[in-house]
Amino acid sequence: MTFKRPYSAGLVVLAAGLFATTAAYAEPTVNKGDNAWMLTSTVLVLLMTIPGLALFYGGLVRSKNMLSVLAQVFYTVCVVTLLWALYGYSLAFTGGSDFIGGFSKAFLMGVTPDSKAATFSVDANISELVYVCFQMTFAAITPALIVGAFAERMKFSAVALFIPLWVTLIYFPIAHMVWYWAGPDAIAGAAKALAAAGEGAAKIAAQAKLDEVMADAGWVNKKGAIDFAGGTVVHINAGIAGFVGCLLIGKRTGYGRDLMAPHSLTMTMIGCSLLWVGWFGFNAGSNLEANGGAALAMTNSFVATAAAAMSWMFAEWMVKGHPSLLGALSGAVAGLVAVTPAAGYSGPMGAIVLGLVVGVVCLFFCTVVKNALGYDDSLDVFGVHCIGGIVGALGTGILVNPALGGSGIMDYATGKIADYDFAAQMVSQTIGVCTTLVWSGIGSAILYKVVDVIVGLRASVETEREGLDITEHTERAYNM
Amino acid sequence: MKIVMAIIKPFKLEEVRDALTAIGVHGLTVTEVKGYGRQKGHTEIYRGAEYAVSFLPKIKIEVAIASDQVEKTIEAITSAAKTGQIGDGKIFVINLDHAVRIRTGEADAAAL
Repeated sequence: MTFKRPYSAGLVVLAAGLFATTAAYAEPTVNKGDNAWMLTSTVLVLLMTIPGLALFYGGLVRSKNMLSVLAQVFYTVCVVTLLWALYGYSLAFTGGSDFIGGFSKAFLMGVTPDSKAATFSVDANISELVYVCFQMTFAAITPALIVGAFAERMKFSAVALFIPLWVTLIYFPIAHMVWYWAGPDAIAGAAKALAAAGEGAAKIAAQAKLDEVMADAGWVNKKGAIDFAGGTVVHINAGIAGFVGCLLIGKRTGYGRDLMAPHSLTMTMIGCSLLWVGWFGFNAGSNLEANGGAALAMTNSFVATAAAAMSWMFAEWMVKGHPSLLGALSGAVAGLVAVTPAAGYSGPMGAIVLGLVVGVVCLFFCTVVKNALGYDDSLDVFGVHCIGGIVGALGTGILVNPALGGSGIMDYATGKIADYDFAAQMVSQTIGVCTTLVWSGIGSAILYKVVDVIVGLRASVETEREGLDITEHTERAYNM
Repeated sequence: MKIVMAIIKPFKLEEVRDALTAIGVHGLTVTEVKGYGRQKGHTEIYRGAEYAVSFLPKIKIEVAIASDQVEKTIEAITSAAKTGQIGDGKIFVINLDHAVRIRTGEADAAAL
């Protein structure tokens, strides 16, 4: 960047030189390798949503509703991308309160090519703009996951209104609560200053400064809950919103009577595979640096996914008598969901166990529980994402234990791995899960009601019978 | 003149066509249909949803022939389409009042 602007580069060097003489610690630097990895991860996460998730979902609906799903997912990506740049990034990733950030970076004010964002290492920053875009893709995929729950019966106008409201009032606050913190440079800097401070007033001031830096974080983050890549923020959040949605909107016309078989499991297989590929950007990218931690997250995202696909498929084979492709695909997604919060914390063998467990648990929820309770979660957003996310969030609290091959949790104030406390960590994880369930569950219910009053949630029975593609969009997926 | 309409298993179509050609029946209309008779459907399972699929895919063929060819035609279709399993299909014979070849205007026997 700076080579194109020699004058400003000169000023930066000059300023840095002056600064070095007055400040005790050097400014963190941006590593080009980390930046390159984060640019790559960002587009991989976009690939997850379009076309990955869109095809995964699209293949599961009837052919008359194929385009409605694709349109809803594509629309979600576009509208959230804009909102993220306008105010979403600022609300999620600036300080403010424990529950929501402020507007200091609204319209990306002050975020320039020279701006830096913290990673998980001291003195290793990335360009803030790549962090903005990386997190933007997370904000985009989360509401896109929800549309699977009310697929085949929601009006497009309702989706068009619900999505912007939902990301603004549910996603941005949750992302802030779970992921916002001052960063390693600020904490380590304050800790060093405290160590260097003598006795008396200087020490009290330094301690106050460290406390202030530690307090500059989201509510769930301060409670000690760990979520590497979005088990709570993305999956529980979307899963519970979908569950509430399918309850409020009601079952599809003909549910339980008509044949609602997936129209193309071929598409679903392509979409699922693209999700898996893209998920390496999601999980390994969430490491924010191209180092061993990213490699660990990648390894876990391989093995947990494979384990969950196998466990779902074999469990179904034992119970139903046949191994199904859709079972293997569903298990793979459940495994990816569960390993998301654990990706950088668990060891590979722990991730395999997590995958084996989540495959069976999600199968149980998508078949036994769903049929027993009789709700119509069209594409199992609750059974896979919410339940898989909870298994992952709680499993992360167990698997992070260094004694089980986990990485432990870094304490940036001491620069060492903190002692692992099972009970305390599980309480923290539970707080993270419950906060998300309550905030998203209640908040989404209110938003559905608001949208219902303004434009109406549900397509008419005639529209539904005819299919949303031709009635809502005046197009057909297949003209053959 | 008669129309012989037969519902057969889809994979038997080529054998039936060959058998009809062998006895001098040229010209055949084929339609993909769904239905059920004594052969009940099957169950499809997608995650937790189980569907009893009672309409199975079949092929419907229709041939227009002279009345004296009916027995031969039924014989040819039966021997070619038979597997001995339930679901082999059925043959219906219907009277045909009139036939016209569009290109030439030829009528009835000359049009077949």
